[in-house]
Amino acid sequence: MPRLAERLGSFAAALRDPARPVPRGLVGPDGKPSAKRFAVYRNNVMVGLTEALRANFPAVCRIVGEEFFQAMARAYIVYEPPASPILLDYGAGFANFIAEFEPAASLPYLPDVARLERAWTEAYHAKEGQPLAAEALAKIRAHRIHAARLHVHPSVRVAQSRFPALTIWRMNVDDRAPGPVDLKSGGEDALVMRPQAAVEVRSMPPGAADFLAALGGGATLAQASKSALRADAHFDLSANLAALIGAGAFIDYSLPTDAGAVGLTPPDDGRGEI
Amino acid sequence: MACRAGQSRAGAIPARAGVGLKPEHYRTILKSCPDIGFFEVHAENYMGAGGPPHRYLTAIRNRYPLSLHGVSLSIGADRMLDRDHLKRLKELIERYQPGLFSEHLAWSTHETAFFNDLLPVPYTAETLTRVVEHIDDVQETLGRQMLLENPATYLAFAESSYSEIDFIAEIVRRTGCGLLLDINNVYVASTNQSWDPVRYIDAYPLAQVQEVHLAGFAREADDKSRPLLIDAHDRPVDDAVWGLFAHAIRRLGPMPTLIERDAKVPRWPELKAEADRAEAIMSGCGRKDPGHAASG
Repeated sequence: MPRLAERLGSFAAALRDPARPVPRGLVGPDGKPSAKRFAVYRNNVMVGLTEALRANFPAVCRIVGEEFFQAMARAYIVYEPPASPILLDYGAGFANFIAEFEPAASLPYLPDVARLERAWTEAYHAKEGQPLAAEALAKIRAHRIHAARLHVHPSVRVAQSRFPALTIWRMNVDDRAPGPVDLKSGGEDALVMRPQAAVEVRSMPPGAADFLAALGGGATLAQASKSALRADAHFDLSANLAALIGAGAFIDYSLPTDAGAVGLTPPDDGRGEI
Repeated sequence: MACRAGQSRAGAIPARAGVGLKPEHYRTILKSCPDIGFFEVHAENYMGAGGPPHRYLTAIRNRYPLSLHGVSLSIGADRMLDRDHLKRLKELIERYQPGLFSEHLAWSTHETAFFNDLLPVPYTAETLTRVVEHIDDVQETLGRQMLLENPATYLAFAESSYSEIDFIAEIVRRTGCGLLLDINNVYVASTNQSWDPVRYIDAYPLAQVQEVHLAGFAREADDKSRPLLIDAHDRPVDDAVWGLFAHAIRRLGPMPTLIERDAKVPRWPELKAEADRAEAIMSGCGRKDPGHAASG
């Protein structure tokens, strides 16, 4: 093995594991080893990644407090260091990690708040897409509408929770002081998306998450409506469809006889008005 | 003053001061259209598919020259460069047409792990061969010259057989890359390695320098209570670094000079004031030392 590969390999191993001794031959100006000098690199990596997580999970940080967040972030960084140089992507597994993180077990809703924040980050950086105009579906003849497939906007994410995670998240991203929340008040589903420049977060009625998930999976309106009705017997197809179109959740639609999707609008490349 | 778009599409970076672009300042910049030479961004912060970062950068690029600074290409690593990362850089360059593109003499990935830091390399013949291959690869793939930035180091490799300056000069000779002279890094590394920072500047291949970086450092101490400076980018440029900058500018002449602040980002006027200070120094001592003009 070439010496450079060996050198960087042992440097990397010692960076990852603070219990390891500083590799030999890493020296100060006197030619002697220095633990404190190597510790600067270890610390830079840890602080940099902790900051990246703090930036992406501000509500989680506010809920647990700075000290707890740092300890939890450090444990996560050791468990799942970034595999990509794009730190915008870092933290995809943080919510699942929190769910298994014993010291956070007393906050059962915390993983769902983290999922919501992750959805927010993904929506923020998602590909641009021009939302379908509210009247677009009116062009489809009534007997064909049930066979239509709606193409979901690339920024759309759904965060489901059996806790009022959306209410808790909202309280902790505002500047206002958080108030009491009844954890037994039921679950909340959140629609997170960025139809234009800003990320928007909305509460979803029962069944809407299943409806949207089915559409995202390529189901027709009729099929998606069935999925939604299984989740909630009172699911109102036209009201939900109108709300989602109004929110800008779709970019296009196709009908079975079409050779491909009906291209109604050219994709926005993001260079337009802010 | 109205902020006119479209005036800077050509995009050459002027010999003026610029500021590292931070999301905290997007709106202020677009609203107030400050008189500033250029902006610089970290390439990796614009590698998402879409969203506000691209929308703002597009609007700002339409009004100002832009330089692109990579922080994660890992040019000093022992393995092949990440093709996907190079492809993303190429796409950014095509989209934003930056006047300059720079990267570091450092490594940050090993096997599958990414370390969010600029890690040092031993200055040996083997590293030199590898770094030269990588820079050739970058310049060929991107179809343009890159600038290489000198590192802020906290320790040295006992096996190094080149001085840092000889190592960098040899890279330049073999690859034809340009240089980004980070004056804060010169001061930090010189303090940490017991070098003389003025002699460092004087011995540097200044003719290849096309951009200068200025930033703030934190003061710590090592195990033996020797000063250990940290390249923190979280505070104003230190007076010692301003002094070294003035020295470098007397040799270099006016240069695109970036104020970098990546943590504890202050309000815009504080960074603008540092940019103004850099410009004042450049207009005060910007004439090249005649003794060195011939080599520049």
